[in-house]
Amino acid sequence: MKQKWLNKSFVFKVMNMPLFYEKKQLVTPGDFLAEGNYIAGENTYKDDDKIYASRVGLVDYDARKIHVVALKAFYVPSVGDTVIGKIVEVGTGGWAVDINAPYLAMLRAADVLDRPFGFRTSDLPSIFDVGDLLITKIIAYDRTRDPLLTVREPGLGKIMRGQLVKVTPTKIPRVIGRKGSMISMIKKETTCQITIGQNGLILINGKTPEDERLAVMALHKIEEESHTSGLTDHVTEMLKKKKEGVEHA
Amino acid sequence: MPKRKTEKKKLNIPQKNPEKLIAKDDVRIDGRKLDELRPVKIEVGVLGNADGSAYIEQGKNKILAAVYGPKEVHPRHLALPDRALLRCRYHMAPFSVEERKSPAPSRREVELSKVIREALEPSVFVEYYPRTSIDIFIEVLQADGGTRCAAITVASLALADAGIPMRDLVVACAAGKVDGRLVVDLTDFEDKEGEADVPLALMPNLNAITLLQMDGGLTVDEFEKAVNLAIDGCRELYKFQKEALKSKYVAVKEAVEE
Amino acid sequence: MSSSPMVVRVKQKRIAELISSGKRLDGRGLTDYREVKLEVGVIERAEGSARVRLGKTEVMVGTKIEVGQPFPDVPNQGVLTVNAELVPLASPTFEPGPPDENSIELARIVDRGIRESKAIELEKLCIEPGKKVFVVFIDIYVLNHDGNLIDASSIAALAALLNTKMFNYEVEGGEIKVKPGYTPLPIKNHPIAVTFAKINDKLIVDPWLEEEQVMETRLTITMDKDGKICAMQKGGHGYFTLQQILEAVKIAREKAEELRKLVVRG
Repeated sequence: MKQKWLNKSFVFKVMNMPLFYEKKQLVTPGDFLAEGNYIAGENTYKDDDKIYASRVGLVDYDARKIHVVALKAFYVPSVGDTVIGKIVEVGTGGWAVDINAPYLAMLRAADVLDRPFGFRTSDLPSIFDVGDLLITKIIAYDRTRDPLLTVREPGLGKIMRGQLVKVTPTKIPRVIGRKGSMISMIKKETTCQITIGQNGLILINGKTPEDERLAVMALHKIEEESHTSGLTDHVTEMLKKKKEGVEHA
Repeated sequence: MPKRKTEKKKLNIPQKNPEKLIAKDDVRIDGRKLDELRPVKIEVGVLGNADGSAYIEQGKNKILAAVYGPKEVHPRHLALPDRALLRCRYHMAPFSVEERKSPAPSRREVELSKVIREALEPSVFVEYYPRTSIDIFIEVLQADGGTRCAAITVASLALADAGIPMRDLVVACAAGKVDGRLVVDLTDFEDKEGEADVPLALMPNLNAITLLQMDGGLTVDEFEKAVNLAIDGCRELYKFQKEALKSKYVAVKEAVEE
Repeated sequence: MSSSPMVVRVKQKRIAELISSGKRLDGRGLTDYREVKLEVGVIERAEGSARVRLGKTEVMVGTKIEVGQPFPDVPNQGVLTVNAELVPLASPTFEPGPPDENSIELARIVDRGIRESKAIELEKLCIEPGKKVFVVFIDIYVLNHDGNLIDASSIAALAALLNTKMFNYEVEGGEIKVKPGYTPLPIKNHPIAVTFAKINDKLIVDPWLEEEQVMETRLTITMDKDGKICAMQKGGHGYFTLQQILEAVKIAREKAEELRKLVVRG
């Protein structure tokens, strides 16, 4: 969109400064972040020489680039991401999978079958049917075509058991924690297997329903209390307390 | 609400005597000054199922907006190859006005749905998500003039709350002529009894006007003043709009700062 | 109004580039209208009618007058009803079926111009306060869509109103008795709509179809005979700056004056 600022008096008064926000300052769409030779990073856009925020989030920048860490965003497919999805349609040559994104993903029959796909010989619903959950990986995606999935890697495939938890996709890094600290702690404390889908869906498999319940509680706590500091410690403490409670009962 | 009806009738009497709509000391019927907005209350993220939502009270107006998407377009043939399909439904609840309104969409609602959509579309990066739809649903729960403007203000927040990339927020406000005087943010009564109404929507950081309608009678000079009054109203409202959006995320911000 | 995405890209680009340099594909200047051809009284069965050709855009308007009930809030005024039909024969993009948002918007823009300028003296159309009034139906019929349906319809509607004759009548014991002869519909104002398109940040008037398909935004300004603005409508998915709007108002005033001379003679 070509913009013409015919009335510059409306623009912020600090025109001589190239950057108008501090790091980690909360901005909303349209906030005029910087002017000049910066690169417009994620969740910002550039028009002429001006860079504006395009999402609610926190400003961050280095010497060359300014971007906004979005506080609310939906999942956008990215090649290489592990995602958890639900079969919503069985087609003639494969499956349509809802991966909690703006686009339905495709899983081709050829990806699953050992022998060549045939209309008569291959009974797709007997492999995956509508409603089945899958752990998959995105192998191709661009804006002109729907994301393409694979299940041909260890750890991928149909989910047979376990509990599914949905969190805001922007909070996935928080669930993982610094260098995986949060998630390893939860795994250790609850003895559950946990698979994180980058699309905000998390699968929990425990030895007992009680273990799974603990893990779910931990994830909800992370999502709800993500604003408190020392969260990893809080969650650890909560898990330990709950476990003791169970043992003493 | 029989009480309001009698109130209305009483107000109808001075209709012939224009001095009564605005008193001598420039005070309007509801006690406001000529350039004063009605009290505003805005909340973001008020609905569970929607991807984004917001609620506004502006005077007696009470309006909810929800956004779903971007998502697969249904029916599929409506999908656009180069951008997201933005759809908007402005709808009034049957109990939102004095006399029950049929829930079937009226011609007015069809037109308003269109102009509201066109007021919001310049702000949305629709080109980022081709073949998807972004659906905006606006429900007017109670109406008291200026609902299209309040609807735009609140729907823009619902879009931001849905995490949809936007060039700017869109904020809207009307100005008009009542008793020969230019005023801002007209109530239903002022709109009906007044001489002109100019609803306007603005992307405040880009100085781009995305909705402009007018009905009544204004000279070119009066129109220019009215537009400026509406723009000032938008800028004032923008502060509330932005604050409402920020306040939802302050908690989240603290988390990331940690 | 409805724009089909099937415009050839090369042509789109050409139109936009030309406009940036102040020219148009059909040789017009940025603020020139296409040729307006007007005929009135083309449908004998209608109380009033007009056919307008704006370049290749063609619109017919017929008026009908019937007896009906007034609105309760204005018991002593006649009723005005405007309807627009984008009939399928006018364009490959028009579909049969109930009015869509484009035809509703068109009707409401024309309606607003007539209503807000108080073009029709509705008080004179009261037969019996609160019970019987005349209802003026304005039906806009788009016959060929080549852009700027709003201005063509607004001209045709005004011309049809000026052409409208009412039968003479008497009220006898609550009954309406038709008397010989006709009188013209009481018209006291002459609203004219002037529509702008914004392409490449430039304003043009009277966009034809291919320009409409390229335009980002549209603005209609309806001016009454005293040079007052009586209605306005922005359309399209773009925006205007304040300066552009004020510039458009200035142009609209001149253009409305020119067009009005074609419609209101003498």
